[in-house]
Amino acid sequence: MENFSNGQRMQRQRLLDQSFRIVTRSFAFLVLSLLIGILISLVIGAAPSIKAFGFGFLTTSDWDPVNNHFGAVVPVFGTLVTSVIALLIGVPVSFGIALFLTELCPTWLKRPFGIAVELLAGIPSIIYGMWGLFVFAPFFSENIQPWLIDNLSPVPLIGWIFQGAPMGIGIFTAGLILAIMVIPFIASVMRDVFEVVPSLLKESAYGLGSTTWEVVRYVVLPYTKTGVVGGIMLGLGRALGETMAVTFVIGNSSRFAPGLFQPGNSIASSLANEFAEANGDLYVSSLIQLGLILFFITFIVLACSKFLLLRLKRQEGKET
Amino acid sequence: MAEIGSKLQVKNLNFYYGNFHALKSISLDIAPNKVTAFIGPSGCGKSTLLRTFNRMFELYPGLRAEGEILLDQKNILGKDIDVNLLRAKVGMVFQKPTPFPMSIYDNITFGVKLYEKLRKTDMDDRVEWALRKAALWNEVKDKLKQSGHSLSGGQQQRLCIARAVASRPEVLLLDEPTSALDPISTAHIEELIHELKEDYTIAIVTHNMQQAARVSDYTAYMYLGEMVEFGDTDMIFTTPKQRATEDYITGKFG
Amino acid sequence: MNDTTLDLAKTQKNPTITMNTAIYFRRRLINRLTMGISMLAMVFGLFWLCWILLTLVQNGISGIHLSIFTHSTPPPGESGGLANAIVGSLLMTSFGTLIGTPIGILSGVYLAEFGNRGWLAPATRFINDILLSAPSIVIGLFVYEVYVVSMGHFSGWAGALALSLLVIPVVVRTTENMLRLVPSSLREAAVALGTPQWKVVMYVTLRAAKSGVITGILLAVARITGETAPLLFTALNNQFWNSNMNQPMANLPIVIFQFAMSPYDDWHTLAWAGSLLITFSVLSLNIIARWLGSQKHNSH
Repeated sequence: MENFSNGQRMQRQRLLDQSFRIVTRSFAFLVLSLLIGILISLVIGAAPSIKAFGFGFLTTSDWDPVNNHFGAVVPVFGTLVTSVIALLIGVPVSFGIALFLTELCPTWLKRPFGIAVELLAGIPSIIYGMWGLFVFAPFFSENIQPWLIDNLSPVPLIGWIFQGAPMGIGIFTAGLILAIMVIPFIASVMRDVFEVVPSLLKESAYGLGSTTWEVVRYVVLPYTKTGVVGGIMLGLGRALGETMAVTFVIGNSSRFAPGLFQPGNSIASSLANEFAEANGDLYVSSLIQLGLILFFITFIVLACSKFLLLRLKRQEGKET
Repeated sequence: MAEIGSKLQVKNLNFYYGNFHALKSISLDIAPNKVTAFIGPSGCGKSTLLRTFNRMFELYPGLRAEGEILLDQKNILGKDIDVNLLRAKVGMVFQKPTPFPMSIYDNITFGVKLYEKLRKTDMDDRVEWALRKAALWNEVKDKLKQSGHSLSGGQQQRLCIARAVASRPEVLLLDEPTSALDPISTAHIEELIHELKEDYTIAIVTHNMQQAARVSDYTAYMYLGEMVEFGDTDMIFTTPKQRATEDYITGKFG
Repeated sequence: MNDTTLDLAKTQKNPTITMNTAIYFRRRLINRLTMGISMLAMVFGLFWLCWILLTLVQNGISGIHLSIFTHSTPPPGESGGLANAIVGSLLMTSFGTLIGTPIGILSGVYLAEFGNRGWLAPATRFINDILLSAPSIVIGLFVYEVYVVSMGHFSGWAGALALSLLVIPVVVRTTENMLRLVPSSLREAAVALGTPQWKVVMYVTLRAAKSGVITGILLAVARITGETAPLLFTALNNQFWNSNMNQPMANLPIVIFQFAMSPYDDWHTLAWAGSLLITFSVLSLNIIARWLGSQKHNSH
């Protein structure tokens, strides 16, 4: 075999290894610069609107294309409220499903039910929109909404939430459909983390005479809290950015009308409905500013979740 | 102890895992065409030492070696050494069998193709030769195209030996090669080592003292990063010079 | 307070446990309640799934004819199909995947193989997580600003570009995870033969992670197949047959959107048929990806 300090061969190999490293590194850099690029282009696009309205954009509820007067309150309100509804309904249900799949479900049913949950996650959002608009909304407006409105709107203090005409579509419907969409995500994450709890740990609790619920509450949940929080944040992120399902059923109204059964708008649905036909620089720019706001909201949610997870992990480090 | 014609000479080797001083001033000579075994309790540094012989430690940041290791009188720790070529000259077999995700044939030819350009017939011959050397040929000659994973544990380990041997290295490093195998496969491999030493210089790390006694010509006893004693296997196991060695051999601790 | 003594083992001479029955029964009740609620939750989830799938099949099946695949989208009142939309979606999905996958794999390789030192890897991972959860409509907006505006017109390429930006984070994440799962002993075995690092990665590590990486790609494809929002401002839509990627391109999701929001019944039928097609494709991709993932476990 050749003398093993052959300079030429060595140089060629070193060059190849270096180029490989450089190539992969530059692609990683590309991913990094994508985010920066998105931010920059959004800011540039939103600049005219930012200049025109300043901070007032965040507090105005006007959305008047004719007079070029725009404000973010209605879409932001819609985005936030529908997402909150989605989490309020979705998180407990997901928890229940994860609990069922890991503790109660008979073994032969685990796989089919698990697959069913993932099927729900795979259905494209436009299908949810179609179903919501054509099937659920009419059903809701004919059978359930009138009862709710008649019985709940006279209730003092909270009754105003339930006022309105039984149209079927509206903020609540959008929130409900979002809930159904995020449930499979949150439930799978929860189920995955529940499953990796060491059985020895659970057995120690059972061995002391705990009921299943007590084992879950005092052993499983604390053990998996980082995963659970991560899953909820994932669901929240999805709910905030969801476009099509919400667009179909939120009602596309730019009037500020707080109330679960009122039509409204979310940032994503405003963009979806109005961007293509928006004329006038200020109109387009305001829409882009809405997109920028949505991006920031998602970014903040994600950053908070990472921060929270870090703190949880650190707490665990200190305690154990 | 310096013999003229040692294959590998270790001179004052110190090794660090970050700040941890793992190997302390190791010096020894490894004789050509003989089996040298390294024994000692867990954590004594025998695998660390073995992995300096092919600079495997360089894959991980924070590990460094100081001193000299001479392979045929050339310092392999030097900066002007082509590490890849060194590793082709110094083959290694690991604790766990590690067949590549490809056919048996491709496993064997992987290392060969890196440095030699052979015609198909020559390559086939080399594959057969390597598999015969590893005493695996008869068992796999009809299924060379099957995946390496289709073999049993003992067969997979012999495949790894064949793969290491195929590129015709000069030194073979065996890092606890039978610790994951059953006794019958272990016996096969020990027979193999006996035959292989005619053509190769072999260094073997083992936590099984009896295996060292069976298989090696020279044995080194290590403890906490230091070379306690090094000599003829027979002598080490019957009349060790150091008290510490005797304690370990007789099982007073370990 | 009710103190009842329960004999746990009549043969034992040791004192038996004295128990407060009230607390015990309360605990049992809470347990039964929560277990019942969790079962209800499962039923709740399954209920929606069944309802959605049922209505999808019911409404969609009636619209599925051969003409779906042979005729383009019609004006209201006339008969037609979804051929241009199907082809458009296929084209843009394919190109989106073709563009996004290599970028994703190579970045994933960097993160897994070189990502232990320096600042680039942790930063990229963090950014990748953000991109993964970024609203797809914002991605569409970005491509609009950067590509459509500079080109002056909507196009299939813009749509493919937007889709590729959705593929990249998924592939990066799965590639890195799959590569990390490859045991270091395999890498070391290749290195021990004198293999240069780039060969170790391309011929051994990546090969060992192959099926996991492919699963990741399939999941990315499944994701973009159903995406509407990023196409809204990039590919727009096209009523007519068009296979020129440089022009606005018809695609299933936007056609469904447009037809569903319209007042015309025959357009609604086509929208349902399109929905069924999309759902079927996405679910099939998921099943294939899952099957591939389990194959790997079986053969090892």
